[in-house]
Formats: sequence, C-alpha cells, structure tokens
Amino acid sequence: MTEQRILVNIRNLSKLYPASTGIFSKSDVFVHAVSKINLQIAHGESVGLVGESGCGKTTTGKLLTRLIDPTEGSIELDTEDGVVDIAQLKGNALKRFRRNVQMIFQDPYESMNPRLTIYDTVAEPLNVQGIGSVPEREERVAQFLETVGLTPASSFMFRYPHELSGGQRQRIAIARALVMEPRFVVADEPTSMLDVSVRTGVMQLMQDLADRLSVTYLYITHDLAVARYMCNRIAVMYLGKIVELAETEELLHHPQHPYTKALLSAVPVPDPTFKRKPVVIKGGVSKPINPPPQCRFYPRCPLADDFCRDNDHPPLEDKGGEHFVACYKV
Amino acid sequence: MTNNDKVLEVKNLTMHYMTRKGPVYAIDDVSFYVRRGESIGLVGESGCGKTSVAISLMKLLPDNAEIINGEILINGHDLVPLSDAEVRKFRWRHISMVFQAAMNAMNPVYTVEEQILEAMRLHRPEMSDKEMDEKIDHLFELVGLDPAFKSQYPHQYSGGMRQRAIIAMALSCDPDIIIADEPTTALDVIVQDQLLQKVRDIQRQLNMAMIYISHDIAVIAEVSERVGVMYAGQLAEMASTEAIFHHPIHPYTMGLMSAFPSIVGPKTELVQLPGEPPDLLNPPPGCRFHPRCPYATDICREKPPEFKEHAENHYAACWHPGGES
Repeated sequence: MTEQRILVNIRNLSKLYPASTGIFSKSDVFVHAVSKINLQIAHGESVGLVGESGCGKTTTGKLLTRLIDPTEGSIELDTEDGVVDIAQLKGNALKRFRRNVQMIFQDPYESMNPRLTIYDTVAEPLNVQGIGSVPEREERVAQFLETVGLTPASSFMFRYPHELSGGQRQRIAIARALVMEPRFVVADEPTSMLDVSVRTGVMQLMQDLADRLSVTYLYITHDLAVARYMCNRIAVMYLGKIVELAETEELLHHPQHPYTKALLSAVPVPDPTFKRKPVVIKGGVSKPINPPPQCRFYPRCPLADDFCRDNDHPPLEDKGGEHFVACYKV
Repeated sequence: MTNNDKVLEVKNLTMHYMTRKGPVYAIDDVSFYVRRGESIGLVGESGCGKTSVAISLMKLLPDNAEIINGEILINGHDLVPLSDAEVRKFRWRHISMVFQAAMNAMNPVYTVEEQILEAMRLHRPEMSDKEMDEKIDHLFELVGLDPAFKSQYPHQYSGGMRQRAIIAMALSCDPDIIIADEPTTALDVIVQDQLLQKVRDIQRQLNMAMIYISHDIAVIAEVSERVGVMYAGQLAEMASTEAIFHHPIHPYTMGLMSAFPSIVGPKTELVQLPGEPPDLLNPPPGCRFHPRCPYATDICREKPPEFKEHAENHYAACWHPGGES
C-alpha cells in the first residue's frame, strides 16, 4: 500500500454531537461519535469499516461524503483538480466534489423516492450536476442499468421502485451512485437488508464494478464475513476510535486487539461441528459521552491494567507488516 | 418412538392470506414434528413462510389469514378447529413465543414484572403470589438478568436485556414448546453470542422443545439439532443439522450453503443462486424452486415433488436429490 497513491487521507477526524439540548443552555456534554481517527485509503482498494452499532462507522461514512460537517480534522481527497480538503469545501466546490464521491445506503426501501421512476432516480445526479443532454442521459442511464444487471434496461426505466424486489432496488441504488463515475463510494451496509441468495449477486456486482470503473470503496458493515469477501483491508472501530487495521485475511486470522478477538469469536459459524473460542469480554457497549482520556476499551478489556487506566487512549501503531493496533498490551 | 414423544406435530398445514389480488399461498402443505426436549431450526429467506408457520402454530393469525387444511397437534390436541377462547388455554401454558422486535413485544406503561405476572395469573391461577414472585426471580436469574431490575420499565432496559426479559416471559408458564422468531436479529454480534448461549443452556437445562426461526444459517447451526429449510411456503428439506450442513440434498439448500460467507476456514468462492424467490400470489407450477434450479428437468416444471424421506430421517422435496438425474 505504501507505493500506491493515496486517494483519501483522513487526519484527526472527529465528530462530536451535543448530548443534551436545552433551548437556552449551551451543552458541555458531547457524544464523541468519531474521535480523532486517522486512515488512508489508496486508489482502487476497498477498505471495510466494521464495528457494532454506535461505534461511529456510519458517522464516519457521512463525514467522508460531507453529508455532515466534521467538528475537527481534515479529509484530503485526490481529485482531478489536485488534493482538496473535503472538510473545508463550500458552494460550487462542494457541488463539484459530489461528482467524485457518492454513497450507497443500507435500506433500498427507504433510500428511493417512491414517486420517481427508475429512470428519474438514476438520472437525478446527472440532472443536478448538469451532465449531458437529455438523450445522452437516457443512454447513460440505460447503459448503467444494464451494467448492474437489470436487462433489458428499457423494461425497467419507466417502472417505480415498489414494482421491484429488494435486490433489484439495491442494484438501482448502485447504478445511481455509479452513474457519475465517482472515484470514491461509501457503501453503508449495502447488503445487510438482502437475503443470502440475492446478496451474493449484489456483492459480486459491486466488486466487478470496482474493477471496471476503478472505484474505491469504503465498505461499512457489521458483518465480518461479508467484509472478508468485499475488502482488501479492514478497520475495526470501537466507540469512535479505530482500534485495529490490517489486511483482511491477516486481521481475521491474527487479530491482536482484545476487542477484535472478542468480535471475531462471537461471529456464528455456519458449520455445526466448528467450536468457537469463548468470548472473554463482558457487558455491552456504552455511549462515548464525554469519555475519560484512557483507552476506550478499558472498562471491558480482559488485559487492562493500571497503565491503561492512567494513560491516554493508545495510538494506532504499526505492529509490523502494516498491521496497526491501538493497544498498550500488544 | 411413540406418539407421546412428539410435543408438536404439524400435518399438511396450508395457510393463505387473502389479498385484493387473490390468495397468497404462504404455507403450502408443511409437515414436521418436534420431539420433547428437541431443538429445531427453521431457516429460509424473507417471505418463505417461516414466520407464517410460527403465527399459525400460535394461532395468532391476522384477519385475512386462513388455515385451509392441516392439523397442529400439541401433545395430541389439534389446535386448528379450536375457538380463540379455547386456544388461549394452550398459549403460554403449552406453547409460547419469543418475538423478533423486543421493543414492540412489551407494553411500555407496565413494569417488566407486571407483564410477566399478568401472563402467570391468567395461565397459572393455582400459584400463590409468593410462588409467582419467587418464580420471577428464578426466571430472571435463568436468563441472566439481575432480579433487582424486575420493577423497571422496558425502556430502561438495553436491547439485549429486553430480549432476555421476553424470553423470561415466554418461559413463565413452563411451556412444553417455545417458538423463537429471530430473537437475536436486531442485536450486535457480542450480545447475540451471549444470548445464543443462554438460549441453548436454558433449552437443555429445562429439556424444553424449541423451534428457532432465523434467516441466518450460522445462528441455526449453533442452536439446532435438526433443521428445516423453507422455500416459497414449503419445506424443501429437513434433516439433522449435521446432514443439512455437510450433506444437503435439496439444490436450494446446497445453493444456500455455497452462498453463505464465513470468517473461518479457507476463503472459498461464493456461488450465487440465479434469480429471485417467486411471487407467492402466482407461484410457479411443479417444484417452486425449478426456475432457479440448475438440475431442473421437465418433471420439475410439471409436477410438485413429494416431501419424503430420502435417507434415514433426511426428508426433502426434490425430483433430483443431490443433483442426480
């Protein structure tokens, strides 16, 4: 990865939400949804962001697409106009940025306007960005519908979302995100609402398109088994922090952070003869409301000692072979 | 094996939903049984009829649903012809259910304790208040909740705690069989793991029969002794968990197994099943799986296969079990 060109460079990115909202009082209590994360994504790779609900993975995705504004930090994106800091974009520059970065949402039933035809849905980004004439747009939409496996395109163009199955809708969502030929796509749980027999097809489609259109993905998921098939590298998040980052098979076979180990041994295995290792951590995830400076995982960690309690959250360090871990005990 | 071994026996169950567009054939001629103390998994994709089976067994059917044919025998008593009032005597006491959406399964204005008491007062009138109180403490400990929380309201519980409370409630009247419909689906993986272990322990400890319904074959692999695979309102295959996972003979089961990703073992290529599940308003003739089946021949397109025993205790509805011609 070192020789490859960096597409997205996330530095010290944070997003804090006020935890109590009074009308007159200014809140001094914050949920640290994303807390000073650093991550580099190279051109053409797909990185998985995994973690449990509330760990900040969706917030990170929304920050990278600038659907929300970061509290601090920078997100540098390599565009045709040179490297720009997404966090500082305004006005026309922000609009131009949206040609480069798109998002695929989880729920294909909620992410589409039920009153728009499939053509209007997929053509909307082209209209907004003013790309092409009407016949050109039609041709491009048709081409992308065929690309995502909805053939013949003419039989889908003027139908409405409710006439399609979940798998077909998610293909529309993929077509809509890719019709701009973006460089970077944030996919937030794109297959978690789909059934197994349909899911595999959508996963394969996303990988094919990544190769053909040279798209880079950030793949947000709670499902490590899906991440294994979709991602070159996996970053594990816990309460707003990236706690481990490594190449996919390395992370799955040699996890080092105690949280990653627990997460991996909790995943059910589709083989009745397989015996999983017992999960050693206790309790559930809390909310990162004004968290103490110590390691976020300290309260649940089986390895924690006084050093972990008395020091700040450990930095994400390379423990060899591009395997990054944020833990003092590794 | 005598008949008494079977806590639940479902024979030729057929259920339709009436819609404006016509009947939806949600359950079509489904037969299976559950032995005392046995844990059965029902697995299938959305719309395959697994939840319809659960609500039919509980006779908690919406107004537009109708059981057209078949028997639901609980300890030999058929629930199908019974009136609502008569069925109520069976619910909770003999058959109870854990629902998927734990938040919606509890009444927000009553404490958890009051809700469990309500079920017990109705179905276990012989118990004294003191006995019930002790029973609730015992149930809380059984599901891994601190009895000190019993006087709290559902919203004060976390998702995992609520799901545990629902399980405690389902166990409150000592049912012979419990139906768990996707009880862990909304939970995070570590909480899910804790709950799955709890469910498995309780089921063994109480020697209670259980039907565990899930779309997730990995979860089913962990909790079930036998597994039924449903497709488009029918049972496609039913056998021991070991046989279903290692020697499936129905092409749909075979397809599911090779489409399901795992984090352990070598990274094998996932094979996609072609097409999508059929519309149950208008299911395909013959075998309902034939439009997606790689082994389909003329007979599959014309005649529905019988659900029959192909090897010992290994049932499947297929003209070409294992892909043979």
